[in-house]
This record gives sequence, structure tokens and C-alpha cells, in this order.
Amino acid sequence: MSVHTLSLDRHAPRKGTLRRIVARDSVARRVDWILLLAALALSVLGSVLAWSATRNRTEINGGDEQFFLTRQLINLAVGIALAVGVMWLGHQRLRAAVPLFFAFSMAAMLLVFTPLGTTINGQRAWLSVGGYTLQPGEFAKVAVILGMALILAAQVDAGDRGYPGSRAVLQALALAGAPLAVVVIDDLGMAMVISMIVLGILLASGAAIGWSIGLILAGVGAAVLVWALGLLDDYQIDRFAAFADPSRDPAGVGYNTNQARIAIGSGGLDGKGLFQGTQTTGQFVPEQHTDFIFTVAGEELGFIGAGGIIALIGVVLWRALRIARGAPDLYSTIIAAGIVSWFAFQCFENIGMALGIMPVAGVPLPFLSYGGTAMFAVWIAIGLLQSVRMKRPLSA
Amino acid sequence: MTNIPETGRTSRITIRLVVIQILVFSLLLTLGGRLWFLQIRQGDEFAAEAAGNHVQQAVQPAVRGSILDARGVPIADNETRLVVSADRTELSRLPDDGERVLADLAELLDIPVEDVTHQVRLCDAETPQPCWNGSPYQPIPITDEATTQQALQIRERAEDFPGISAELTAVRRYPSPDGANTAQVLGYLSPVTDEEVEQTEETDAPLLRSDQIGRSGLERSYDSYLRGDAGVTRYEVDKFGRVLGESESEEAEAGSNLVTSIDTRVQAVVESELIGAMEAARATHDPISGRNFEADAGSAVVLENDTGRVVAMASAPDYDPNVWVGGIATDDYAALTDEDANDPLLNRAIQGQGPPGSTFKVVTSTAAVNAGFDFDGGYNCPSSYEVGGQVFRNFESQAYGSITLGDALRVSCNTVFYGIAHREWRADGGIDPKENPDDWLFRTAHDFGLGEQTGIDLPNEAPGRIPDRQWKQEYWELNRDNWCEIAETDRDDYEARIARENCTEGMQMRAGDMLNFSIGQGDVLVTPLQLASVYAALGNGGTIYTPQVGRAVISADGREVEEFAPAEAGRLPADDGTVENLRNATASVITSGSADWKFGGWPQNEITLRGKTGTAEASGDQQTTSWLATYTDDYTVVMTINQAGTGSGASGDAVRRIWEAMYGVSGGSVNEDAALLSEPHRDLPVIDETGAIVPQLGDEEDEDRGEGEEGREEGEDEGTQPETQLEEEVAPPFDEEERDEQRREREQRDREARPTMPPPPPPTPERSDEQEERAEREEEGGGNDPPDPGGTEQEGRREPLDE
Repeated sequence: MSVHTLSLDRHAPRKGTLRRIVARDSVARRVDWILLLAALALSVLGSVLAWSATRNRTEINGGDEQFFLTRQLINLAVGIALAVGVMWLGHQRLRAAVPLFFAFSMAAMLLVFTPLGTTINGQRAWLSVGGYTLQPGEFAKVAVILGMALILAAQVDAGDRGYPGSRAVLQALALAGAPLAVVVIDDLGMAMVISMIVLGILLASGAAIGWSIGLILAGVGAAVLVWALGLLDDYQIDRFAAFADPSRDPAGVGYNTNQARIAIGSGGLDGKGLFQGTQTTGQFVPEQHTDFIFTVAGEELGFIGAGGIIALIGVVLWRALRIARGAPDLYSTIIAAGIVSWFAFQCFENIGMALGIMPVAGVPLPFLSYGGTAMFAVWIAIGLLQSVRMKRPLSA
Repeated sequence: MTNIPETGRTSRITIRLVVIQILVFSLLLTLGGRLWFLQIRQGDEFAAEAAGNHVQQAVQPAVRGSILDARGVPIADNETRLVVSADRTELSRLPDDGERVLADLAELLDIPVEDVTHQVRLCDAETPQPCWNGSPYQPIPITDEATTQQALQIRERAEDFPGISAELTAVRRYPSPDGANTAQVLGYLSPVTDEEVEQTEETDAPLLRSDQIGRSGLERSYDSYLRGDAGVTRYEVDKFGRVLGESESEEAEAGSNLVTSIDTRVQAVVESELIGAMEAARATHDPISGRNFEADAGSAVVLENDTGRVVAMASAPDYDPNVWVGGIATDDYAALTDEDANDPLLNRAIQGQGPPGSTFKVVTSTAAVNAGFDFDGGYNCPSSYEVGGQVFRNFESQAYGSITLGDALRVSCNTVFYGIAHREWRADGGIDPKENPDDWLFRTAHDFGLGEQTGIDLPNEAPGRIPDRQWKQEYWELNRDNWCEIAETDRDDYEARIARENCTEGMQMRAGDMLNFSIGQGDVLVTPLQLASVYAALGNGGTIYTPQVGRAVISADGREVEEFAPAEAGRLPADDGTVENLRNATASVITSGSADWKFGGWPQNEITLRGKTGTAEASGDQQTTSWLATYTDDYTVVMTINQAGTGSGASGDAVRRIWEAMYGVSGGSVNEDAALLSEPHRDLPVIDETGAIVPQLGDEEDEDRGEGEEGREEGEDEGTQPETQLEEEVAPPFDEEERDEQRREREQRDREARPTMPPPPPPTPERSDEQEERAEREEEGGGNDPPDPGGTEQEGRREPLDE
């Protein structure tokens, strides 16, 4: 019999609040504190870095040096509230709401193309609602994970078959294809993230390996096709390749990556100190509080700080993978694995572009980049992970 | 909720999750590795880049130190001028790259548009001079001669002249005190290049983009002293150039002043006498070539015997050093680099080298004594000397019978030295030399400091050459292929015959080579400075000093004085007796030898003058090079003129006038008051309490000087009058009165016309190796020729030796 049951027996009588909290089956004992603390540390650190990056930018902070710090901490609070909500509801109970959630996300993404949409940095990916801008694409990532988990796990969790069949895989791909089709035109970063989420989920779902390989080949084939057909203008190719050779787009992306590299490189072992970064203070790196937030850490906190961030991300991913492995059913496994794929690729892409080993694409760094929607989405994901964790068998 | 047991995790999914885990952590490791590479491995480079990124420098240029003569009179200082400059960065932002602005500017400044556009274009491999060699980010000076009016226009109509500025700036000035040009000794400045800035970045004295640095002469040798430290204010700026933070600021520190041993009064006399002698030579007929002497180049050096300090150093043709100030103008540069200009940038006193002719015989005499010959022994001086079927003649086939070495020097008898050289050559094994030949001649020449740089504090000094066995071998190895190639042709001309001989035997030291060497002809090369340093050593009793122009460096505030002590380079390879013998023999050259016809009436009892004449063969159809080395106990004066005939004939009068000016000799008597420099400057100029260096022209001196100056300035006529008389007195008995008369007239005319500097001559980068190369080339033609039967020594061709 499970320990679960035993503990219930032993403490069957009413307990004091403290006892309830520390009880083996209590929420407090079931939550993955390491994951929670790592995510919280990253989020707070991100708020401080965004603060450093915007202190002097009166044109966007309206004269309030701490404007972005405050805003991001509020975003964090909202995000944590969302996470708690998700935990309270539980990912299993949300199962029923997944189709609705997915539909809403898709609608919001399409709304971007209506007059409600806002174009920022050449990307039409924002919704402007009552003075706030939302990025529906961030929620779409969660929606894709939940939707695919729902479809792929349905038969398996019902015990009908060991692994998702072709039909389920095709349905799941069709589902993921919808948001992908919306963003693929002008949001390369989002398209890449969704593709990697799909790949990760297909792998984790146990579907025939051919699907995963096929997907990779399809991606490579599409890239070759785009290249061969000359669908991209030279400047687009240059922009894409500028991460490796900044001279190909010296005024645009090349400049950005070069300045980003200087910022990070000049940080050295222990950095120039918070608020002391000359690259940061001088605003040489564009989008530094959002997409290039890592350069602030690199310059001001040095190898110790920036390496620490990578380590903390490693902790988050380690805990998430642990949760995936310990998940009681395929639905939960896929959710956890999907989140791992999402976080891992997005971190790699974002930090990689700051370090000059990945092409520049507008992808936020989970927890750290300034931005409400992104913060909400990652904390919803944390809520989902915790929810999965809390449902695992205690012996696991 | 689930009915899958906890062990329901299938192994396939677990494996897949492990794969995902491995992938994920590989990605993170990649990031960590890259981060380590950027921050730890390359961190320093990026730190430097970041530093350059956000710092803007405002440079306060340091005032460059002055160069002063021995009395403290500035020969290079600074003046404030209105400099108009163009900023390429700003011009390039204009739609037409600033073309219209530059055209307007050219019109305003009244200079050709092309000049302006040429000046602001950047130098690269394909762009000919003039072009901008400095940093493209630094304002490029267009002119430093803007009028206040023009400057005002530029400033008031700033919107019409974007990128153009007009600022008061300290610029270099070469004021030519006393009329002393001193161009090649001073050198010149030009802007730093990007490479130089990079190279000095890590050093203690980094160059700034706006710096000018010395490119030749004293400006280059003492650049680090003269330049000072620019004041730099560093502002931290953001990407948009807005000043962010605190600035760090360094005061400009003016460069130190350099006191030289040059006396500009003597320098002026030496320069004008050199040019005068050249002009006189050009007006003189050369019976050998059948045309007037070319006298296309010359140089003169005055040394202090007891210190090796340079009192004067002149090289002709020369140029006005001020043409370099503020960037050289297009036509000035063209004039300097024109082929006909004959390398005015070259300091021929240290960079011009040639065979020294008979002035070399003091070396040969010393070698003879060292080899065991008795200085006072009897040596036969026949009219000619035959070796291996070749006849080496004396000048005009004169024969003197049995004479001492001293007399051989006095009358410049070649055959005596031929005989000695030939005996030494045979003693060393002749054409088949023994294992360790004594090589007294070569060894002694090296011991005199010849064949290597004297080490003077001026850049690019030529080393000269002693054509010893080692050189012969190396030269043969270098040219063998070439010679042998010619040798294999069917040609039977002179060149081919020589090549054939050289191809197989070019490394041999032949008797003819030795004979030529003994009288300073053939392959031996010396610079005028080397020769002067040899004679200065005879003048001081045997110590060879390293010549120096710089005497002391005095900091701008006058507090720190770094004096350069005379540097002994060695001793003459001669015992005291030999030195005394040589001094006596060279004195007799003046009183009764090859130069006596130019020095008649010299107050030898009061000021003992000694010397040696020389006439060096040149290759091809070039006329002979004249050499005249003279010295007293205090000073040495050496003058040489290319293609000008004999030493005494071409330079005798000029050198005599230099001595007269220095010692105040006039009409055969000495007037101490009129002397410019009867004894060397012993003390440095006085530094007053403000740190300024006071030119030593005390009240009394001022008066004296006033008079003296009058005499010198207005005229050269006043000055020449008595000289002309003098000349008459000593006019060589054999000279046709008429021709002499004409020449004197011409000389006088020329001197009167001389106050303006000679036209700025030509360019060619001053590279001594180029000279060297040319010398080599010439030699290939004629260097290894058997001695010209026409007489290797033409000393006294027209001037009989007055016994």
C-alpha cells in the first residue's frame, strides 16, 4: 500500500495548521521548492537587471528610474498568482478547459492582425488592451503544449494503446500547425520555439521515432527550399547570418550582436558591478531589458553572475525533467516535457544570440526578460509543473 | 484520476526523457562554454573594446618642445596660427560627401579645389601623395595660413561649412635664425598613422590620433623628448554621444626643449659657403670632361674636436623646412620629390657616402706605420707604378724621388702609397692569401671607425664601407649569378669582359683593389661625418668621439636638465708619435702642400690649421668629387662637393672663409671680437627663474653681435670685399688672370643673390640604403674596373703643387 494511505491513517484526526502544512501529503510538502525558488530567483534577478538596463532611459521610463523594476515585480506577482491558480485547479481538472484555452489563444493571435494589434520592432505580435500590451503568442505556447498533451495522451492514458498512434500524432501536429502558420511569416523566433516544443513532445510521447526524425527532416527540407527558391531577400539572409559574421549587417543585427558580445565579454570574471556596466549605461545594446537582458548580467555580474543564471536555468530544467520522469500518466509527462523543451530551447536561443552562437530572433529569456505576458506564461508553466508534481505517487 | 500504475512509465518514454535531458544539458553546457570563452578567454579584448566604445576624448595637444642652438637661440619653435581643418566623418554624412562644401572652402581660401580634395582623401596603396595619412577620425588640416577674415567667415557661416573648423593652433615653425636653414638636421613632422597609434597603445607613451611625430632629423631622434604629453579629457558618453559621467582629465605637459651644439651663426656661414662653392664650381670649366662642373650636391660638417659635438652641418641641395608645417602642400611636395630636385631631404653629411680620395691617406699612413714602415723613412715617388701590366699614375705623372710619408701626404703622392699597399698585399700572400692575413690597411681603416655608423644622434646614418676581404666575398656572392649570366653571352664589350673576370675571380683581393684602396678610391665609401670624425680625432690628439648634435634636454619648466656627455668611441690606432707626425704633415698641406694656394696668408702661427685635400673618381661620365678636410686644435671642417673637381679648388675658398668667420680672421690677422666661435661653447644656455631658456646674447655680446651681424648680413658684399682681396693675394700663380677675375665676379654676384634660400628641391624619401643601392649599381659598372690609366688621382690637376 502506498505511503500516502498510511500517512492518512496515522494523521486522520484534525490537525493544527502548522501540522497540516508540514504533513507528508500536504501541499507544502508536495510542492517542488527547489524549482519554485530557482524560478523565483531568476524572476527577481531579471527584474533587477531590467531596472539596470532602463535606469537612464528616461524616454521610456518616464523619469522613474525604478519604473521597470516595479512593473516587472508586479508582473511577477501576477504570474505567481496565476501559478497558484493553476496549482489549485490542477492540470487534470484543466484538461476539460484545454480546447477552450486553445481557442482563446488562437483568437488572440489572430486579433493581432486587427486594429487592436500593435507592431513592435517590425513584429506584429502584440495586442494592445487598455494601455497594456499582451503577446498572445506566449499563451499559445502553453496552449500548444496542453492541446498536444490532450490529444496524444487520450488513448494511451485510457489504456487503449501503449503509445500514441499515427492518427493522434497527425491531429496533434495539425493542432500545433495552426499557431505556427500564424507566426511563421514574421515571427521566426516564435515559429522556432513552437517547432521545438512539438519536437520535444513527439519525442516524450513515445510516438514512433519516425515522426520526430520526419519532423527534423521536414524542417531542414523547408529551410533548404526557402534558400533554393530564393524566397528570402539578401538582407534577410544577411540578418540571419549576421550572428556569425557581424559585418554582414553592420548597421543592424550585426551591430547588435557585436555590441552584445562586447558587453558580455567585457564583464570578465566578476563583472563591472550592478549599475556599473558601461555598455549598459551607454545603451549600446538594443532591446537590453527584453531580448538582450542576458548582456546586462554578462557585463555587470560577469562570468560568476551570468554563469549562475545558466546554472539556475539548469536547476529549473533539472527539476522539470525530474517531474516529467515522475509523472503518473502520459498527459502529465507530455506537459512537463513540453515545458522543458520550451524553456530549454528558448533559453538556448536567447542566450545563444547574445553570445553570438545563434541567429538573432525575438525570443525572450524565460523569467528574466522584461515583459508581462512572457512572465505570466512561464509562471503558468511553473504552476503546471507543480501541479504535475503534486499528483505524482509519493513513492516516486 | 489515472488508472495507469505508477510503474506505468514505459521504458521507451523513460529513455526518450533521458535523451531529452542529455540534449538539454548539452545546450546549457554549450552556453556555459561560450560564456567562458567570451568573458574569460577574450575578456580583456572586449573590455578594451567596451572602453573605446563609451569614451570620447578631447585632446589638448602638448606644446612641442623647441630645438635651440648652443646659445639658446630657437631653430625650431612654435607659433599660433589659424588652422582650417575638415572633419571627414561629418563630410561623409552630407549627400554629396561634402564635395560642395570643399569647393566652397577652396574658393574662400583661394586655393585650387583639387588641392583641397587631395588633402582630405585617405592614403592607401593606390592613392598618390598628397593624401591624408593620419586617422580618418581626426580633423584634417587644410591650411594653416588662414586669415582672420577667412576664419570668421567659416565660423559665422557654420551652416554653409559643416565639418569645417577654423581654430587657433600652435604649429611648428623653423625661424632660420641668422639665416641658418639647418633643414636636414632638424628634420620634419608629419601626422601619426593608425598603425603607429596601435603600435604604441601598450607603451608608456601612447600616441594620440592628433599627434604629429618627427619623421627625420632631430625631430625624429628626440621625438619622445620634444613631444610632451597631450592633455586628455575623457568623457563617458552613451551611444548617442551624450556625456554621461564624470570625466577624467589630464593636463597637457609641454615637451622638453632640446639644446643642440649647433651655432646658428656658424651654420649660416657654412650653408652659404657651401652653396657659394657649388655655384662657383658650376661656373668653372672642367678641362677633363670639357664642360662646366655640375656641382649638383654637397655637404659640410663642423665638429668640436674635444667632444665630437656638431657645430654646423649643411647639405645641399636643401629646402625650407617650413613647407612641412601644417601638412605639406601639393606643389611643395611635387617640388621636393621631383627627379631634378636631387633629393633635398637627404642629409648628405651623414647619408651621402663616396670614396674619400686622398683624404684617406692619413689612414693609409697610419696603417703603414703600424705595419712597420718608418714614417720618416725614404719612399720612392715615381710618376707611375706598374702592377700586373697595369700602370697606376701619379697626378700629372709628377715624380718626387725619395720622400718621407709626411711629404707623400703633403704633395699627395699616390705612388708611395701604391708601393706600400703592394708590399702589404704581397706579404699577405697576394692573389692567394695566407691563412690569417695581417690586412694592416683594412684593419687600421676599421680601427679609425670607418665602415660603420658613427652613431650620431640623427636617424638613418649611412655606414660607409671598407672593401675588405669579407666584403669582397659577400659582394661576389651577391652578384655572381648576374656576372656569370653576362659572361655566358657572346658579347665582347668591356662590360662582358669584366663580368667574365668577376664571375670566376670576383672574390679575389687583387693588387689593383689594394692599390686603389690605399688612396681612397674604388670601393671604399665614407660619409663626410665619418671623415670629419677621423680628422677631429687627429685634432684632439687621438680620441675618436661619437658625434652628437643634441647637447641637453631641458624640461619645459627648466627644472630638469639632462645633459649628454661627450661619448668616447675609441682611440685612433696610432701611437702619439704617429699622431704628431700626421698633424705636422697635414699642417704642411696648408702651408706648402696641395692646399697652400688657397690658404696663403693664413695666420698659421696663431691658429694652426691642418688639412688634407682629396679628389675622388666617380663612375661613368661623372666628374670628380672634391673633398677638403681641415682642422685646428679645436675644430674640424670637412666639405665635399659632387662633380666639382679637386678638393682645394672647389672648396678651398669656402672652407677658408668658414675658418675666418669662426676665428675672426681678416686680412691675415686675428680679430677676437669678430670671431663667431673662437672657442667651443662650454656651458649650457642660462635658464631663468621661469624656466625659460635665455639666449646668450648679453648686452656686450649684443653689441658685438650687432656689429658682427651687420657685417654678415648686409652683406655679403661687405664680407666678400676683403676676401676678394685676400684671394687676389693668394691667387695661384698659374691661373689665368682673366678667368679668375670672371669667376670672382660671378661668385660675388651669386653670393649677393643668395639671401633667399635655394629653390626647394626634390624628394626621394631619405633612405640611405637607396643611396647605397645606387652606389652599388654604379659600382657594378665601374667599381671593379682596373684603375683608370688616366691617373687615379687628379689632385692639383690645374693647381700645381707649390713646393
